Amino acid sequence: MIHFVVHEEGDGVGVVVVEGVKKGQELTGWIMEDDKEIKIQAKSDIPIGHKIALKDYKPGDTVIKYGIDIGKIVAPIARGEHTHVQNLKTKRW
Amino acid sequence: MDLSKSTFWGYKRENGRIGVRNHVIILPVDDLSNAAAEAVANNIKGTLAIPHPYGRLQFGADLDLHFATLIGTGCNPNVAAVVVICIEDGWAKKVAEAIAATGKPVAYYGIEQHGDHDTIMRASKKAKEFVQWASELRREERPLKDLWVSTKCGESDTTSGCGANPTVGNAFDKLYPHKVTLAFGETTELTGGEHLVAARCATDEVRKKFQFMFDRYQAIIDKHKTSDLSDSQPTKGNIAGGLTTIEEKALGNIQKIGRLCKVDGVLDKHERPTGPGLWFIDSSSAAAEMVTLCAAAGYTVHFFPTGQGNVIGNPILPAIKICANPRTVRTMSEHVDVDVSGLLRREMTPDQAGDKLLECMFRTANGRLTAAEALGHREFVLTRLYESA
Repeated sequence: MIHFVVHEEGDGVGVVVVEGVKKGQELTGWIMEDDKEIKIQAKSDIPIGHKIALKDYKPGDTVIKYGIDIGKIVAPIARGEHTHVQNLKTKRW
Repeated sequence: MDLSKSTFWGYKRENGRIGVRNHVIILPVDDLSNAAAEAVANNIKGTLAIPHPYGRLQFGADLDLHFATLIGTGCNPNVAAVVVICIEDGWAKKVAEAIAATGKPVAYYGIEQHGDHDTIMRASKKAKEFVQWASELRREERPLKDLWVSTKCGESDTTSGCGANPTVGNAFDKLYPHKVTLAFGETTELTGGEHLVAARCATDEVRKKFQFMFDRYQAIIDKHKTSDLSDSQPTKGNIAGGLTTIEEKALGNIQKIGRLCKVDGVLDKHERPTGPGLWFIDSSSAAAEMVTLCAAAGYTVHFFPTGQGNVIGNPILPAIKICANPRTVRTMSEHVDVDVSGLLRREMTPDQAGDKLLECMFRTANGRLTAAEALGHREFVLTRLYESA
């Protein structure tokens, strides 16, 4: 069963595609472009559609998705944690 | 899907364009004429009033865009005939004559010196003639290239970028070689991925015009913004769906233009495509504004991918809803035409999803009502450039 998808190898976040992901749950991810599977343990409850960090981040880091910069980290994130507006901001506007 | 011999059944209009709907519209030029237009549409079954809140004291480019959008709506081949109503004769005539250049039946009425009652009576008599005439028009089989297909996504979430939008991209890549006229837009919603669109432009001239449109829109944002647009772009709905930054939203958005299509031309909001290929329309990312501009540009079928479940429709342009979010498909199924949630379960390939959308496109073009049409969604929103005088 696929719990989250990753656009391509090298992306730093995945997208949870099932409802009810809980902290501590072992998740299976699918890297769509490369058709590969990866495993990761969730370190937060993560709603469907929300992102899971695939690596540790510190403030100032850039997050890559679709192989491209989607913004900057403003609060530390550990691999497996929920990545959203509380720790990731736009570099534009 | 082999599209080389694909056809659809449409209405051939007097100017040669092919429509997939056969509307007789009652078109008010201004807000004051909405009541009369709606009364006519209520009197004459099978006609459709298109009320809106604008048309008074506009000037310059904003007024020109107002006229161009109304005229473009009337000219759209999904429209068989038009009754124009305005508070006075002059602008009614201006709009009606521009639409009549297509050769389709058009009549116009000014309310002043007559009042609503007399105007409604006279316009109703003409609308009855038009709708009975239109009801005898028959569809004919036409090649795929006669279809004009636009796209814009709404209430996007992260599943849009990995499911519904790539489905549209796959379909666009399949339609493009068959000389279909395609469109996308949403200028601010390319922010963070604008370089990807620029790289896809067919010529340096197209790229220059695209960059001009993009920079012009960014200047408007910079002039008026009071924050980083948190909660506006991405919207509250986008954020609830898991999208965090405009860059992330834009990169998902751009999936709609596939991987093979070139951007063959760039249009300002009042401009019209002059040939087949993929056109960029400078436009707001607000769903109804953008879809209204697509209808005015002459597009006849619209692909509308959504994540969280945007319920929008348009009075004359059928909008096919594509969704990959399993929760939205479960909770809002009446709004979804094409369920591609299997993509995210690894049960469906992008190629299969694209084919599923194309199959729905043909059925829609042949007359099947979209979910938005069946539910009565007729959002018609005119783009304003600045304040009225």
